Amino acid sequence: MNMRRFSLIAVPYGWLLLLFLVPFLIVFKISLSDVALSIPPYTPTLELSEGWAGFRDFLSQLDFENYEFLATDDLYWKSYLSSLQIAFISTTICLLIGFPIAYGMANAPKEWQPTLMLLVILPFWTSFLIRVYSLIGILSQEGMLNQFLMWIGIINEPLTILNTNIAVYIGIVYTYVPFMILPIYATLIKLDGSLLEAAEDLGCSRTEAFWRITVPLSKAGIIAGCFLVFIPALGEFVIPSLLGGSDTLMIGKVLYEEFFANRDWPVAGAVAVILLLILIIPIVLYQRNEQKMMEADT
Amino acid sequence: MRRLTWFNATSLTLGFAFLYIPMIVVIIYSFNESRLVTVWGGFSTKWYGELLRNESFLDAAWVTFQVGFFSSIIATILGTMGAYVLVRGGRFYGRTLFSGMMYAPLVMPEVITGLSLLLLFISIGLDRGMFTIILAHGTFAMCYVSVVVSSRLVSFDRSVEEAALDLGCTPFEAFRLVTLPIIAPAVISGWLLALTLSLDDLVIASFVAGPSATTLPIKVFSSIRLGVSPEINALSTILIGIVTIGTIAASLTTKRAVMRRQREERMAEQAG
Repeated sequence: MNMRRFSLIAVPYGWLLLLFLVPFLIVFKISLSDVALSIPPYTPTLELSEGWAGFRDFLSQLDFENYEFLATDDLYWKSYLSSLQIAFISTTICLLIGFPIAYGMANAPKEWQPTLMLLVILPFWTSFLIRVYSLIGILSQEGMLNQFLMWIGIINEPLTILNTNIAVYIGIVYTYVPFMILPIYATLIKLDGSLLEAAEDLGCSRTEAFWRITVPLSKAGIIAGCFLVFIPALGEFVIPSLLGGSDTLMIGKVLYEEFFANRDWPVAGAVAVILLLILIIPIVLYQRNEQKMMEADT
Repeated sequence: MRRLTWFNATSLTLGFAFLYIPMIVVIIYSFNESRLVTVWGGFSTKWYGELLRNESFLDAAWVTFQVGFFSSIIATILGTMGAYVLVRGGRFYGRTLFSGMMYAPLVMPEVITGLSLLLLFISIGLDRGMFTIILAHGTFAMCYVSVVVSSRLVSFDRSVEEAALDLGCTPFEAFRLVTLPIIAPAVISGWLLALTLSLDDLVIASFVAGPSATTLPIKVFSSIRLGVSPEINALSTILIGIVTIGTIAASLTTKRAVMRRQREERMAEQAG
């Protein structure tokens, strides 16, 4: 192996080892430590100066106590379950809203499509924080939504939406729906229209043709979109802390507070490790789906 | 089959109304004279003036800009190298681990990335500040750059590279003279993506930033927590404006490039 090829591989490899893998191993190690009143606030710390004996001593002090604590304390169970629930329901709503938009885009006149595409991509590039912020004004007690609902006479008194789980659902759907639209649109646009015509010629009604041809053929896009919403929604921190209430339990928020407010680093580490274990399943499924899509393209 | 039915028109209208009304409301209220964010008190640009006089916002914007600039350059270089290694690198020891590390940050929750990097910086005794934010942003953005660049590397005709090698180029010259110009559009869009991700990031930055370096998202987040304010409306309008102009300009440039290529192809066909 020549020098140039070696350094081409070694530079990004080393960078990722040092700034991605090693940090994660540190999190794992700290999750096995005990909380302590010191700087840094955990024990034991690895003393390399004591050599092999020091290392053995260090290992013997590590245990799974924090994980046992997570399993017995209700707060963490409830947070994981409620994160899963919020992510799942928001993904479903995203699909119900995103699919008709993608379908409408794919069936719009050809000359409109670049503009429609631009309209979906624009929120994508706009600051996430500002998009969440824009909802605060709309959803608040005296905000636009309440004023509108009272004006058309559905409600007489303003609803409390902000600082509840409903606001969290609206926030996740609002910020992540472009991630649902784009992959579905990408599969729908490739769909061969003559298949639908053939189905209709053979006696399918339009609705039947939609369910038997359009939906199965856009399955890969639907799956990709669902994972692209579900995975980030599960670890979401900004939306629950800005739109949710104090009773909104999401694991990203719990981790943040455990670390910064309670300064319990070992428990925060354990929360992170478990969150990652939960995420491995959807991530693996997502990558399998991506591979299938790539193979279908070639 | 391309016809705008009643159903499609409705879903497009409602869908885009949902996506755009909140942002349009923010833009309109940024020109509100009144400090009360729900009452319209007449047109005024005074909140833009207030914003530009607010030193802490300006400082934060300057920090954010520097972080974005340096981290996106690091991310572009490392991400392009990584993409090249993944697509053209052949087999080497630890390749599976490498491709895993290249893709994992894309799906890693930001709280975990932030937490793990913070713990690394603490355990090696690196002082937190602008430098640590640059390292953190460079690392997670390089993976996005690599995805963008590798999709271009996969799709282009490899024989032009081989031709350059046959004609006596060294591998490095072949990369610089042939490969790089071909993948340049992807490298540029990867760089733009890295820049946007860095300018936009709140969670990772709030983990790894020390008290000495406050980025704009951190500043905005702490002031949003206190509620809606007209200054933030003005700031949002400016940022939405920049993104809108940038996106439209980029799409017009791509459209023009596509049209030029089509014209050239037609001319080449006629000439042949």
